[in-house]
Amino acid sequence: MLVLGVGTYLMRLAGLLLRGRVEVPEKVQRLLDLGATALLVALAATAALTEGGGFAGWARPAGVAVGAAAALLRVPFVLVVLLAAGTTAGLRLFGVP
Amino acid sequence: MRSFRRTPAAGSPADGSRTDLRDVLALAAALGVVGASFGALAAAADIPLPIIVGMSTIVFAGGSQFLAVAVVAAGGGALAAIVGGLLLNARHIPFGLAMAPVVADRPLGRVLGAHILIDEAVAFSRARGTGLRARRAFWACGISFFVMWNVGTVVGAVAGAAVPDPDSFGIDSAFPAALLALLLPGLRAADARRVGLGAAAVALAATPFLPPGLPVLAGLAGLALAGRARPATPATPGPPAPGPVTS
Repeated sequence: MLVLGVGTYLMRLAGLLLRGRVEVPEKVQRLLDLGATALLVALAATAALTEGGGFAGWARPAGVAVGAAAALLRVPFVLVVLLAAGTTAGLRLFGVP
Repeated sequence: MRSFRRTPAAGSPADGSRTDLRDVLALAAALGVVGASFGALAAAADIPLPIIVGMSTIVFAGGSQFLAVAVVAAGGGALAAIVGGLLLNARHIPFGLAMAPVVADRPLGRVLGAHILIDEAVAFSRARGTGLRARRAFWACGISFFVMWNVGTVVGAVAGAAVPDPDSFGIDSAFPAALLALLLPGLRAADARRVGLGAAAVALAATPFLPPGLPVLAGLAGLALAGRARPATPATPGPPAPGPVTS
C-alpha cells in the first residue's frame, strides 16, 4: 500500500516539478495542453463504454450520452451529472445491464 | 492553497467562483458514494481498517485502489496490485507537466498540490481556462474530493455490507458525463477536437488488449492529429457530433 501510494505521489510530483526546471516553448506548451485533453477524452470514453476490458452494457453509455447532450444544450453542470446518473439508474431499474 | 482559501471572500462574487464551487461539491458528493463502496468492498475483502483508510489518504487514486482490492480479494500478490496500480496512475506524469503553472508558482505549492492531482481536478481547472480562477478550481476540486473520498471510505468500511451498490444509482455514468461536460468548451477548437476523437478511438480500440491504464495513455497517440498551431479561430458554432465518441 505504501509503495503504491509513494509511487503514485512521485508520478504526480514528477511532471509538476519537471516543469519548473525548463523553460517550455509555446509549441511544446500547446502539445502538453492537447496531451491533457487527449488523456481526459480517452478516460471519459473508456469510462463511459468499457468495464474490465469489455463493453460496459447499455445503461452506462446511454446515461453518459444523455448527460453529454444536456451539456451541449448548456444545461447547468449539476443537472448534467444528475441526468446522466438518473438515466443509467432508471435503465437499470428496468433490467438494462 | 493560500490563494484558494482566502480569495472567494475577497474576490468579486460575480466571476463564477460560487458556481464553480457548487459544481465541484456536487461531483464531490457523488465521489463520497464511490468512496463508501470502496470502503465496503475493501472491508469485505478482510483488509484491516487502518490499511483501508491509509489507501484512501496515501494513495488517493480511486481506480488503483479498486484494482488493489480486486487483486487482494482474488488472492493475488502485492506486486500485481502495485504494478497494476502504478500503470493505471502513470497518466499523472503528463498531467503534471501540463498543469504545473496552474497548480502553483512555488515548489512548495506544487509539492502539496501533487497529492490532489486527480482527473477531475485537472478537468475542472482546465474548463476554467487559466489564471486565478483555474487555480482556485483545481484546489477546490482536489481538496473537496480528498475530504469526500476519505469520509466515504471510512463510512463504507464501517457500514460494510449495508452500503448499496453505487451502480444502482448510476454513479458510474456521472463521472464520464461530468468529464465530457467539462471538456466540451475546450473541444470547440478544431485541433483539440481532432486530438480528442483520435485519443478516444485509440483508447477504445486498445482496451480489450491492454491492462487497465495503458489504453488511456495510448490515447496520447491522438496528438498525431494535432497539426500545426494556428491563431485561435472560433470554431463554427454549428451542431457538433453529440454524445460520447462512437467508434
